[in-house]
Amino acid sequence: MPTHEHQSDPDGLDTRQAAQSAGRGDAPRPVTISETRTGTPVVPGVAYGPAVVVRVDVRPEAITAFGTGNFPDTAAALAAYDQAATKVADRFARKADRAAGVASQVLAASAGLARDKGLRAAVHKRLEAQEDLLTAIGAAVEQFAELFAQMGGLMAERVTDLRDIHRRIVATIVGEPEPGVPIPEVPSVLVSEDLAPSDTAGLDPRVVSALVTERGGPTSHTAIIARQLGIPCVVGVAGVTTVASGTVLLVDGAAGTVVTGVDESEAQNLLAADQEARTASAAWTGPGRTSDGSAIKLLANVADADSARASAEAPVEGVGLFRTELCFLDRTDEPSVDEQTAIYSQVLDAFHDVGHVVVRTLDAGSDKPIAFATHEGEANPALGVRGVRLSFDNPGLMDRQLDAIAAAASRTGVEAWVMAPMVATVAEARDFAKKVRARGVKPGVMIEVPSAALLATQMLQVVDFLSIGTNDLTQYTMAADRMTTDLAHLTDTWQPAVLQLIAITADAGKQAGKPVGVCGEAAADPMLAVVFAGLGITSLSMAAAAVRPVGAHLGTVSMDMCAEAAEAALAAQDPMAARAAVRQVLGMP
Amino acid sequence: MPTRTVIVGSAVGLHARPAQTIADAAAELKADVFVGLPDGEPVNANSAIMIMTLGAGNGATVEVSGEDAAAVDTIAALIEKDLDA
Repeated sequence: MPTHEHQSDPDGLDTRQAAQSAGRGDAPRPVTISETRTGTPVVPGVAYGPAVVVRVDVRPEAITAFGTGNFPDTAAALAAYDQAATKVADRFARKADRAAGVASQVLAASAGLARDKGLRAAVHKRLEAQEDLLTAIGAAVEQFAELFAQMGGLMAERVTDLRDIHRRIVATIVGEPEPGVPIPEVPSVLVSEDLAPSDTAGLDPRVVSALVTERGGPTSHTAIIARQLGIPCVVGVAGVTTVASGTVLLVDGAAGTVVTGVDESEAQNLLAADQEARTASAAWTGPGRTSDGSAIKLLANVADADSARASAEAPVEGVGLFRTELCFLDRTDEPSVDEQTAIYSQVLDAFHDVGHVVVRTLDAGSDKPIAFATHEGEANPALGVRGVRLSFDNPGLMDRQLDAIAAAASRTGVEAWVMAPMVATVAEARDFAKKVRARGVKPGVMIEVPSAALLATQMLQVVDFLSIGTNDLTQYTMAADRMTTDLAHLTDTWQPAVLQLIAITADAGKQAGKPVGVCGEAAADPMLAVVFAGLGITSLSMAAAAVRPVGAHLGTVSMDMCAEAAEAALAAQDPMAARAAVRQVLGMP
Repeated sequence: MPTRTVIVGSAVGLHARPAQTIADAAAELKADVFVGLPDGEPVNANSAIMIMTLGAGNGATVEVSGEDAAAVDTIAALIEKDLDA
């Protein structure tokens, strides 16, 4: 792990004078002030590079400060418009040159819109009518936007493009950074409020070395993308978008820190140490063990045959979560038992000689609607008929899925376990277990609803294993929607209440001598993995890409240390304090 | 004034990219060329936004006019092509 020479204050900012590197002559050197901002660490790793700040809107203060622009005449105002429009168009044209295919054509069309003569004529006309520049541009754009919106269909889609062009031209005129995700020229740290799926399409890890957001939590879209790209990521960093573009930042995705004014040579040392840690994790070959040899099974999360085959190549001991809903999405009718058997067999086949596969029955509903299964028009779908609850009025759906899973297990000879999502009562677990055992398969339930965690001991009297879905357990424990970025500080698995429920569940497993695993984003956090091991969790299931860093980190910590870390995390009052306490126990800076 | 009546060839109509292609070509020409629907107000072909305000879909009839017959022919030929193909 990288080492910091300085202390960072987890409550906010600290300032420090950067150490001056010695041996470079006697000339007086500028003293750099360093500032550390702290957020929620999401993807570990160190990055060092200039900030590129992504803005969605031009700051109202900048627009107010610009005012009318005090142009001497219409010609001067129009010249300012032309200059800005040309700049915006040129930037699009440069991006178009670097992009390929459809993306390139779309960018070229945007360049054309920015320098459109019809738009310019409309602006000119309004300037002649004595409107000030920003008002004239806004009104001209709105005039076309309204017309396109009325025309509907494909034309209505152009409204978004027009408004985007408008923001960019206005930003350029008032001297603000251009809104939207820029394509950096050199490897840079992308800093934003939060990123939308459209912003992240085509993000290139060769020029984006880290992602930092002001809002958003560990399960936000930004976090998921960063994990996929394997680049360091810190989310929920208060005030970070006030950093000027071009400011050189040091991002530590394990500590959750974003530091300005770091001495160049110190930064290079940290980068080298991080590279060493990455090399060590790349060389990790499994199986999951603490430094003193206690086994923690590391398993993969898979969704289909392709991801199963890719995951089987990673140092895993099986699958901890096979999400079956992907086989059902985009279907208007339920796949037959034979079709389902064929799909499940492909996934199971990939794990011959690797280990068992935990299959989760259909988890439709809420944010994953499926045409033939889910109930429409629920006022509160996250608390509605989803997961195992779908079988209340449609038991045949689950029966046929269980038939197919059992058939796939006997066809492939791979050991299959089956678990139901969204179980809330012991009766639900008992009914499910009965159906699963009748088919000769091992039954378990997911712990996502707090009631199930509190009843873990009774649950284990009727099923053979438990698997904790940390994303939903966190959302339901904290009564905070995962998708609401304003509540990101609540939807954090490090919340002590969530860790308490996980502790209760793990304890029940130890008492019963039955496996209790964790699946979900939290299992991919190397520090939480240590805490989970200390609580008595027996397996961790995650995206295959996360297995090596987690395994390598677990291998450096003894079981006693894991237990101590777990105790420290449970005793903390909030997620930040919990992380700090665990880092201290582990002797991490 | 030279005028030609043509049928829009692009599958998506005179929409984003076809409109841009026509506007780019018109900007290269020395003379102004105008396009319009048979009963409507013609717009300058050098603006994609103005072309799009026509809302001319695939198969629509469009009138192309201008002082320079060759320039009118250039734009008319583009409108007849499927520029989105």
